Amino acid sequence: MHGTRILEEADRLMTVCNSCRYCEGLCAVFPAMEMRRAFSDGDLNYLANLCHSCGACYTDCQFSPPHEFNVNVPQTLAVARNESYAAYVWPRAFAGAFARNGLVISIIAALSVAAFIFGFAAFTDRQVLLGVHTGPGAFYKLMPHNAMAALFGAAFLYAIAALVMGVRAFWRDIGEPVGMKTDWRSLFQAMRDAGELRYLDGGGVGCFNEDDKPTDRRKIYHHLTFYGFGLCFAATCVATLYHYLFAREAPYAWWDLPVVLGTLGGIGLLIGPIGLFTEKSKRDPVLVDATRMGMDVAFIAMLFLTSLTGMALLLLRETAAMGPLLALHLGVVFSLFVTMPYGKFVHGIYRFVALVRYARERQMMMQGAGE
Amino acid sequence: MVDFNRKFDVLVIGGGNAALCAAISARRAGASVAVLEGAPKFYRGGNTRHTRNMRCAHDEATDILTGPYTEEEFWDDLLRLTGGQTDEELAKFMIRESKDILNWVVEQGVRWQPSLGGTLSLGRTNSFFLGGGRAMLNALYLTAEKLGVEVAYDAEVTDLQIEDGMFLGATLKQPVNGATEIRASALVAAAGGFEANIEWLKQYWGDAADNFLIRGTPYNRGSILKMLLDKGVQDIGDPTQCHAVAIDARAPKFDGGIITRHDSVVFGIVVNKHAQRFYDEGEDIWPKRYAIWGRLVAAQPDQIAYIIFDSTVVTSFMPTLFPPIGAPTIAELAAKLELDPIALEKTMAEFNAAVQPGTFDHTILDDCRTEGITPAKTHWARKIDTPPYLAYPVRPGITFTYLGTRVNKQSRMVMKDGKPSANMFAAGEIMAGNVLGKGYAAGIGMTIGSVFGRVAGREAARNAKN
Repeated sequence: MHGTRILEEADRLMTVCNSCRYCEGLCAVFPAMEMRRAFSDGDLNYLANLCHSCGACYTDCQFSPPHEFNVNVPQTLAVARNESYAAYVWPRAFAGAFARNGLVISIIAALSVAAFIFGFAAFTDRQVLLGVHTGPGAFYKLMPHNAMAALFGAAFLYAIAALVMGVRAFWRDIGEPVGMKTDWRSLFQAMRDAGELRYLDGGGVGCFNEDDKPTDRRKIYHHLTFYGFGLCFAATCVATLYHYLFAREAPYAWWDLPVVLGTLGGIGLLIGPIGLFTEKSKRDPVLVDATRMGMDVAFIAMLFLTSLTGMALLLLRETAAMGPLLALHLGVVFSLFVTMPYGKFVHGIYRFVALVRYARERQMMMQGAGE
Repeated sequence: MVDFNRKFDVLVIGGGNAALCAAISARRAGASVAVLEGAPKFYRGGNTRHTRNMRCAHDEATDILTGPYTEEEFWDDLLRLTGGQTDEELAKFMIRESKDILNWVVEQGVRWQPSLGGTLSLGRTNSFFLGGGRAMLNALYLTAEKLGVEVAYDAEVTDLQIEDGMFLGATLKQPVNGATEIRASALVAAAGGFEANIEWLKQYWGDAADNFLIRGTPYNRGSILKMLLDKGVQDIGDPTQCHAVAIDARAPKFDGGIITRHDSVVFGIVVNKHAQRFYDEGEDIWPKRYAIWGRLVAAQPDQIAYIIFDSTVVTSFMPTLFPPIGAPTIAELAAKLELDPIALEKTMAEFNAAVQPGTFDHTILDDCRTEGITPAKTHWARKIDTPPYLAYPVRPGITFTYLGTRVNKQSRMVMKDGKPSANMFAAGEIMAGNVLGKGYAAGIGMTIGSVFGRVAGREAARNAKN
């Protein structure tokens, strides 16, 4: 007996699928399933997070609805996956944040932006907030660099701490020993699988989105989003190094590394989220967990706004709009950071952990077969 | 909207592997092609939905096949499993063509993968469809549609206009885009057998057929086959025979597919509703035993039997869709199965007493056997004495029928007078009896479908042009 109704259904499906196995070449979920005959809550949560929701197993299944066996693996695992985020969240008191995630993220984002505007207004005078600032240190007339670094550093560290606690709970639930975290081969394999989105390809032809014609669009938009985010993050890191190691203060010229990285990343982070949102709104409802549309859209919107405000700041940084735009951008980024453990962002973390476990299981199975 | 009132070059009736291979091949040969699938879109493809692999000859190992499977070996296998009930010329033609089919279907969008977990015995001979039979079908439909083949679903044909072996048109039950008569210069019949037609099965099996479960869709009713035979096409194959395996009695009446099958016979004993054993459970290895148990159960009272085993072997076979029925004692298990407890206890006691010492190995014909009981269990016999006791109820699961239309090497139908039809071709299960008079080997139905589908489409297109 399982803890929730959806895990009961996931167990039923895995029993059906395990006696069929036609889908084992499509992704990692089915080979992982075949390594088991019975499924604990943790096993099912592991499989749910291993699923990339490509939809191929639904389109290929002879028992999907309207068949009476009613096999809908993508939707069932999507619901289970979303419920698992709440189950592993730290602190536990915030589990409710996932249920009405769109609302929660919107409120936090709005408050965060308001706080920066209010803070800028309170700590500087009107001429500074709406004035024109150029040259090194222009941003820090509005907020001292150390204050900025301390605040964002703290937010970021908090997010990491909360995510680590969640992963720890997940790891325990799927029954893996702690020592496995030093399994570098599995870790490296999982990084490759995640980096390529290896399992978001319907076994090679592409994902199924609005109909039975496979396409790579979701994968491409996800790459733009993910690597766009990565470049933006890298831009921030380089800028921080510039500041502390070389005493070079932002804003930087357009050709300077932080700006180049941020601009390229920003473009990816504009196109990617728009694409993901478009694909999501077209997606066949039978494949998705409709109750979590808010969570998905909130995350997409936050990424998009991060980039949009950042790009606007870059373009208008030498005008009087710089002050308000900086407040807006910092507000969005701050709320993105603090809500990371309580929104769609966690999907990447848990899926990566699931991929690590899968890589390890495969490895152990190969070794077992070789002996 | 596609005009179905115009005359097509080639009309394909059916929607499975053979039909789609025919449609694609005819279209690639330049013909205009319409496909009439009698089932709704979800159930398109008949038995192809439930397939998973194809048996093709190949001279060397490939990425997905572990070793060569020569034409000679394929022929030897076919000869053995059919007991010689095969048209040698056609069969050898098919085997030769099967080599190229491995590549041809890939060109039509089908993808291969190595044999699935739990099917290692097929790794050398059979190529598996990535994602299974429905994935294969989906790929063929996408390709056909891309090429401009017109496909209609829920397009049940109620009559064929045939004059002197010449196809003129087909009548639909419900109009497709306003058309109820579909005309074409050539016909490819690829509409399967009659395994889902219980009334037809009853002609040969009597009321026993009411207890049969049908492994494929309810749309395999053989109506096209019947029309063709009624209108002068020569028949082939034993009409009384069908391919049946033992499947779980709790399976749905139709379309339970592959996941309802049981292959645990070898690990226990099988009794009928009187709690009596009736056949040697250890006679032969898979897949031979797999193919006989459906018929054996069909011959038992009420067409039901129970595979009985104990807790020691639960993990020896693939996980099953329906869990085994279990009980701590034989009497309690009997009660759950509604069998006579005393009779079952007696059967099991006699069996256990007859088991001789031996070394168990389910991969070979081992030396674990019984002595002094009838029927004997000649291999893999071990005492069933470790509770809980477990059972699967099984019934005959009908896969396909053997009766079909006679064809020649062009896949062209042959009329009762022995003359080839002017413009009618057949492919797939509807003509499988030409090659497969009886018996079965994994993946051979798909070989028949793809090879003769491709040939039928090509020949029909040529025929339509002349």
